[in-house]
Amino acid sequence: MSGNSEPLTPRAKLAVTAGKAAAAVSRAAGRGSGSVIGGRVALKLDPDLLGRLAQHLDVVLVSATNGKTTTTRLIAEALRASGPVVSNALGANMPAGITSALAGGSDARFGVIEVDEKYLAGVARDVTPKAIALLNLSRDQLDRAAETRMLAEKWREGLAGSKAMVIANADDPLVVWAASSSPNVVWVAAGQEWKDDAWSCPSCGGVMQRPGDDWFCGECGFRRPAPSWVLSGDHVIDPHGSAWPIHLQLPGRANKANAATSAAVAACFGVPPQVALERMYQVQAVAGRYDVVSFLGRDVRLLLAKNPAGWLETFSLIDPPPTPVILSVNARGADGTDTSWLWDVDYTRLAGHPIFVIGDRRLDLAVRLEVAGLDFRVCESVDEAVQSAPPGRIELIANYTAFQDVRRRVGN
Amino acid sequence: MRMSDSSLRLVWVYPDLLSTYGDQGNALVVERRARQRGLDVMRIDVRSDQPVPTSGDIYLIGGGEDRPQRLAAERLRRDGGLSRAASNGAIIFSVCAGYQILGHEFINDLGEREPGLGLIDVVSTRGEGERCVGDVLADIDPQLGLPQLTGFENHQGITHLGPTARPFARTVLGRGNGTGDGTEGAYNDTVFGTYMHGPVMARNPQIADLLLKLALDVNALPPTDDRWYEALRAERIAAATQPA
Ligand SMILES: [Zn+2]
Repeated sequence: MSGNSEPLTPRAKLAVTAGKAAAAVSRAAGRGSGSVIGGRVALKLDPDLLGRLAQHLDVVLVSATNGKTTTTRLIAEALRASGPVVSNALGANMPAGITSALAGGSDARFGVIEVDEKYLAGVARDVTPKAIALLNLSRDQLDRAAETRMLAEKWREGLAGSKAMVIANADDPLVVWAASSSPNVVWVAAGQEWKDDAWSCPSCGGVMQRPGDDWFCGECGFRRPAPSWVLSGDHVIDPHGSAWPIHLQLPGRANKANAATSAAVAACFGVPPQVALERMYQVQAVAGRYDVVSFLGRDVRLLLAKNPAGWLETFSLIDPPPTPVILSVNARGADGTDTSWLWDVDYTRLAGHPIFVIGDRRLDLAVRLEVAGLDFRVCESVDEAVQSAPPGRIELIANYTAFQDVRRRVGN
Repeated sequence: MRMSDSSLRLVWVYPDLLSTYGDQGNALVVERRARQRGLDVMRIDVRSDQPVPTSGDIYLIGGGEDRPQRLAAERLRRDGGLSRAASNGAIIFSVCAGYQILGHEFINDLGEREPGLGLIDVVSTRGEGERCVGDVLADIDPQLGLPQLTGFENHQGITHLGPTARPFARTVLGRGNGTGDGTEGAYNDTVFGTYMHGPVMARNPQIADLLLKLALDVNALPPTDDRWYEALRAERIAAATQPA
């Protein structure tokens, strides 16, 4: 389809070069990969750069509250069956990071791009994507992000003018409401365990009825659309009714849902489900998530959970009791500085696990677990927690900056 | 004992509309502390398409966004159950948007004056300045006999107290009712309102105990092991009072 026949303008070329130089300086100064600062420099020199870089690519955008980094990775693997892919695989998902990632892929045919929820409408306008995958929308970092419903509203407005094929989760009423402004939607029944953000109809405010897996508004008739792809246990059923087995190295129901959506996206680009799913098996860990590391002589699996819906999905994938569990919670800028979301997580699901609590806000977590009636031990460090844990592989669940802290400490 | 039968009926009003910033934690704390005292608890979550029972002992209402707040006020007025419960002497504790609904009126998402239930003698308006966000420290009305209040506020509303409402607390740090008079929250008899999230009872379990004492009509409760609450309180009070 699209090649690289159209050259970049001199201004865009200069911007890319300047961006790469800035990224190299940033890397040399020890400030991480430098992709965000490089992108910022480049965007300043040429504000239209993102659109120009993308016009040579078949672009897929991926957005959600949870699972966007993993799904971006799965789609990228699937589409590599058809040609080279450029992707912001490390999760730099705002315009500067995206620009930087695209600038590194001059030979690519596909751009598979994770986009922060708040920037989706703008990026979708700039890069004219062929496909947009929308997984879920729930509360996250409440004290600084816009209200969940307002995000859905922004998506809805942004998608109304888009020609992209939208691949959206039919089981999330907020996603359905956002996506149904688009003329081209492929609905995927990808499931959603978290329901607390969608008891009130996004369209009219009425009370949603949720019998079994179905949902509808009793007042305005807004209801779950009929899906053409369905996640059913360990299989994804395609629009022709064929069931394809999902084999992943990544654990949990949520990742099966991500794979089902990724298969639907791949099909839009002519990659058959069988081929797409086989390629997805290659994905082992995503930016450290799901990695099993060896630390102080113990095996520790690192799990990231940033918000109530994410914690809920994570509880459903950990090994059963008596597997020890370490929980770590911070409330720094990137986490949201308010810990009240802890009370929306049903920690009673951890009953029977030996529980160890660390992180900046371990006392908030301690009170939460006390009220849930659980036994737990508060530790000063990940070292102390790991050394205190009874035998067996340890599951470690942490929110965003707590996860980064742990990765640094265990050398992952 | 005022309680119906032998079980405490704890009503969580409209979780589908009013349940932001972990406010359902208040219901969990009250329930836990009641059970620790050997009480049987019947927790009743009432969605906004269901009638509010009038026979509850303690009612809790949380915060919410602007549109759900208006819908909740409309439905509570139409239903009438909460007002009837209040006139029967029920104990009601409300937070933020819920607090505004229990007053005479507030400004809704359409910018209009929306009538509340008038259970607390307050009127809420919308602040013109910056949103009130951050840690709060306040001294609770000495009549209630509670230690210092620590919480987290996040609201645009300003609440003015009428002549019969008593301020729930006086701020040491933070904005509280936002009127500039140093008040935070308000109460009339057994109906309480506050702007504190957190959830407020996780940092102030004595508020949960106050509601239980009122419901049981007793002056004291058996003690509980509160070391984690105390540790959290001390940490949050220190964090709020230390310069950033
Ligand atoms: Zn509706």
